[in-house]
Amino acid sequence: MNFPDGLKYSKTHEWVKMLDTYSCLIGITDFAQSELGDVVFINLPKIGDEVVKNEVLCDVESVKAVSDVISPVSGTISEVNEGLVDAPEKLNEDPFGSWIAKVEKITASLDLMDAARYEEFIKSEEA
Amino acid sequence: MKLIFECGSDGQHLSLIPPCDVPEVMLKETREQPLELPQVCENELTRHYTALSKRVYGINDGFYPLGSCTMKYNPKINDDMAALPGFTAVHPLQPEATVQGCLEVLCKAEKYLCEITGMDAMTMQPAAGAHGEFTGMMLIKAYLRDRGDTGRTKIIIPDSAHGTNPASAVMAGFSVINVCSGPDGGVDLESLKAAVGPDTAGLMLTNPNTLGLFDRNILEITRIVHEAGGLCYYDGANLNAISGIVRPGDMGFDIVHLNLHKTFSTPHGGGGPGSGPVGCKEHLVCFLPGPITAEADGLYKQVMPAKSIGRVKAFNGNFLVVVRALTYILTLGRDGLPDASRHAVLHANYMMSRLKGTYDMPYDTFCMHEFVMSLDRLHRETGVSALDITKGLLDYGLHPPTMYFPTIVHEALLVEPTETESKAAIDEAVEVFLKLYETAKTDPGKLHNAPVTTPVRRLDEVGAARNPILKYEK
Amino acid sequence: MGTYVPTTPAEQDQMLAEIGISSVDELYANVPAGMTICDRLSLPEGISELAVRAAVTSMADKNKVFRTILRGAGAYNHFIPSVVRSITSREEFMTAYTPYQAEISQGILQAIFEYQTMICMLTGMDASNASVYDGATAAAEAVTMCRDRKRVKAFISSCSNPEVIQTVQTYCFGSDTELVIVPAKNGRTDAGALESMLGDDAACFYLQQPNYFGQMEDASGISAIVHAAGAKFIMGVNPIACAVMRTPFEYGADIAVGEGQPLGLSMSFGGPYLGFMTCVKSMIRRLPGRIAGQTTDADGARGFVLTLTAREQHIRREKASSNICSNQALCAFTAGVYMTAMGEKGMRQAALLCVSKAHYLAGCIRKELGWKLKYDGEFFHEFVTECPCPEKVLQVLEDNGILGGLPVDGGILWCVTEVVTKAELDRAVDIIKGGVLI
Repeated sequence: MNFPDGLKYSKTHEWVKMLDTYSCLIGITDFAQSELGDVVFINLPKIGDEVVKNEVLCDVESVKAVSDVISPVSGTISEVNEGLVDAPEKLNEDPFGSWIAKVEKITASLDLMDAARYEEFIKSEEA
Repeated sequence: MKLIFECGSDGQHLSLIPPCDVPEVMLKETREQPLELPQVCENELTRHYTALSKRVYGINDGFYPLGSCTMKYNPKINDDMAALPGFTAVHPLQPEATVQGCLEVLCKAEKYLCEITGMDAMTMQPAAGAHGEFTGMMLIKAYLRDRGDTGRTKIIIPDSAHGTNPASAVMAGFSVINVCSGPDGGVDLESLKAAVGPDTAGLMLTNPNTLGLFDRNILEITRIVHEAGGLCYYDGANLNAISGIVRPGDMGFDIVHLNLHKTFSTPHGGGGPGSGPVGCKEHLVCFLPGPITAEADGLYKQVMPAKSIGRVKAFNGNFLVVVRALTYILTLGRDGLPDASRHAVLHANYMMSRLKGTYDMPYDTFCMHEFVMSLDRLHRETGVSALDITKGLLDYGLHPPTMYFPTIVHEALLVEPTETESKAAIDEAVEVFLKLYETAKTDPGKLHNAPVTTPVRRLDEVGAARNPILKYEK
Repeated sequence: MGTYVPTTPAEQDQMLAEIGISSVDELYANVPAGMTICDRLSLPEGISELAVRAAVTSMADKNKVFRTILRGAGAYNHFIPSVVRSITSREEFMTAYTPYQAEISQGILQAIFEYQTMICMLTGMDASNASVYDGATAAAEAVTMCRDRKRVKAFISSCSNPEVIQTVQTYCFGSDTELVIVPAKNGRTDAGALESMLGDDAACFYLQQPNYFGQMEDASGISAIVHAAGAKFIMGVNPIACAVMRTPFEYGADIAVGEGQPLGLSMSFGGPYLGFMTCVKSMIRRLPGRIAGQTTDADGARGFVLTLTAREQHIRREKASSNICSNQALCAFTAGVYMTAMGEKGMRQAALLCVSKAHYLAGCIRKELGWKLKYDGEFFHEFVTECPCPEKVLQVLEDNGILGGLPVDGGILWCVTEVVTKAELDRAVDIIKGGVLI
């Protein structure tokens, strides 16, 4: 299981890469993709959509389940990773290299963890 | 096996339609896209479908213990009656005087089903259970709107419910509050009391529930919801345990839907057509979708309820399915219906009793018409999952039980033998289940690999969803 | 009493012994006291099969089966080949469950896949689902497919089948979607009115082709208007007409739905029927209900499964776009067998006969009875004529075993299908002449 440094992590297993003070990239963690199983489709959000921290950003489908991706920040979607529509398996193969959405004009954020704390968090959840 | 498009050759056809006996006329604009339907002769056509029929598992093939589906025997008299030209050759828009027999069928079915469920009126219009659920939710919506009670926007649903329940509530414009099930499998009363309030529109419940257990607190449950100002909706999917013995109307329910293709023996057809009649108590009758049938002085007619929610589909519902169900009710009658239910419950408990020494039963109590087993421990100990066990069953020529439902039980297998299985068939199935358990402990790889004797092996569902191929292309 | 329970009293005792109880009553212990109604059910006593047959047959005998049917309006009397009846009444197909266990259900799954393919061939569209309850609910589900965050208003032509409009209205009441009915002009959708009504909150426009009055709409023109407003274009099409008319795909439809009853299903007083739903590639994941897809098995062999299941209610629950669970499987299967038996030749021939015979009847009515067509546009196999006395006309036809057209708008909506002979049409006109015009 990977926990790259330089990223922030949410309790609902999303990672955040701050690009500058008011914009970031969002994706799902290695733990998330292993829980999901084989991803078959991602229902990407739309550019221009407003997102609110702790609310649903989009959802990801595996064969027998749907999982919500929770937005760690409040802001506006400025870009989405269209490549994931045709190659959803990238979320399984390379979760940290496969960003889902870019959010700009960030106005608020959840309390996020660094890699070490997130790794601990997962261990304590599994216990 | 070939697809029909891979059979035949150019020019082959059947001789079905005569030449035109009037001057030919055609539309000015015609299609340019080719119409490349199969080109086969009748012999090849019938062989194709015969080959397909050998790759299907029907109730006539063997045991079908699908929990929540009630795969009971489909009587052939029902099919014969549904094939009578007096029913099949009738246009739905014929004058009422010329369809008195059809209206009599609908009226009698309504009358008997109302008696069985304890309702005051019933529509045969909904085409399936989920369709009935949507209809029922719309009745609640219309009733509340009519009273100006617009603040009631929430429907309460237990976490053990079938997915159609919350989906139907949302389709009718409600939002859903989930309540949890207690350790005994029934609705947790404290959870329910916390969930009700001035925004409660109603409750959706099935009893026996999806765990196959009759909730002993049912009167308290419906009382709590009624006191909060909500209505109670009964999902009739599990009626086979109590049909002719207990009536949802007496449990405190205001609205009921039935699954004629479950409780009333109409065939499943590989996924439909079914029929989901919706019954209700007096205070909701004026909102029923219309038209409904009425009888006066031996004459039948169709009337639109005064404040009807409108139509939920065209024409009169799945009429031939209702014919089958009525035939079944006439056959079983007053004593046959409760007798069938009692045997459904007896058979389920017998099968559960024979398996419970080996398989884990999460609820250590008598069940009703179905019971749930959990393979969670087996999975942790051997790596063999509920899915693997079902694939193993396929190699023994048995249709597996329902898997992974209800979702509140991990690695669930929901088993419903029904009343039409013989003791011998049940015993045979039990032997196979016990054998598979052994195999799980001694040779789990075999089950991961199963099935091996079926026309195809395990299928790549991930690939099918990632790169959907939904039709044949040359 | 009739019964299908095989268990003998001796076997019952064995079961009770295994469970460890002395009576089945003990299994109902959780039922509150006084709730059981075993001896109070007010139903007739069960009877033997011979008696049931007599009872139900007597109900069927009370219906009038017309020798000649000249009424359509959403349900059509088409020829059903013998192979269709014989194949679709096979036990295996009738008593099977939904094909969730794909390995033993390849027959059902392949049949659905073939049906999906053929419906796409007929409509020219990219993908089809495994069917929904009927054409009316298909229309309602299609409207749901088009709803968006900003586009919340649905539009439907007043020239659609009234029962379809009513069904869509009910579903829209459920989802609190505003449904606007676009007026007609001379029996067809008023395109000018449509254009002025569509705003940027328009989700979709539903057009029936041929429409309820049998008229061929200017679907190309309307398609352009709808798309210019940024809305989706839904067409409700007659499947027999599709064999010859410009396809919905050619008209630019985003979604094409319809009533599949003409494809081998008997009229059966209204059901079970068949709602087909097809769409363009970009909307595939919005299709409700079951869909069969092709895949490979562990040995690399071709196989079929229900796919894209994460759209459906059993997974999405309250987040599902539709609650639909079942499809009309056996009816879709029937349509597949019908389309295979008829083939392109048969379907084109049937359509040709429908159009030709309908025009022949319209001509006879005009010449012999002097009744004009109410709408003068091009029509497929249904048309509305004026009629001075619809009730009298229909009664005299009925007395002669003919179901005349449907009274509509002060006139009569006639329908002629391929099964009606020239002789029957001549006879019908003669009977009206003799019975009414003297």
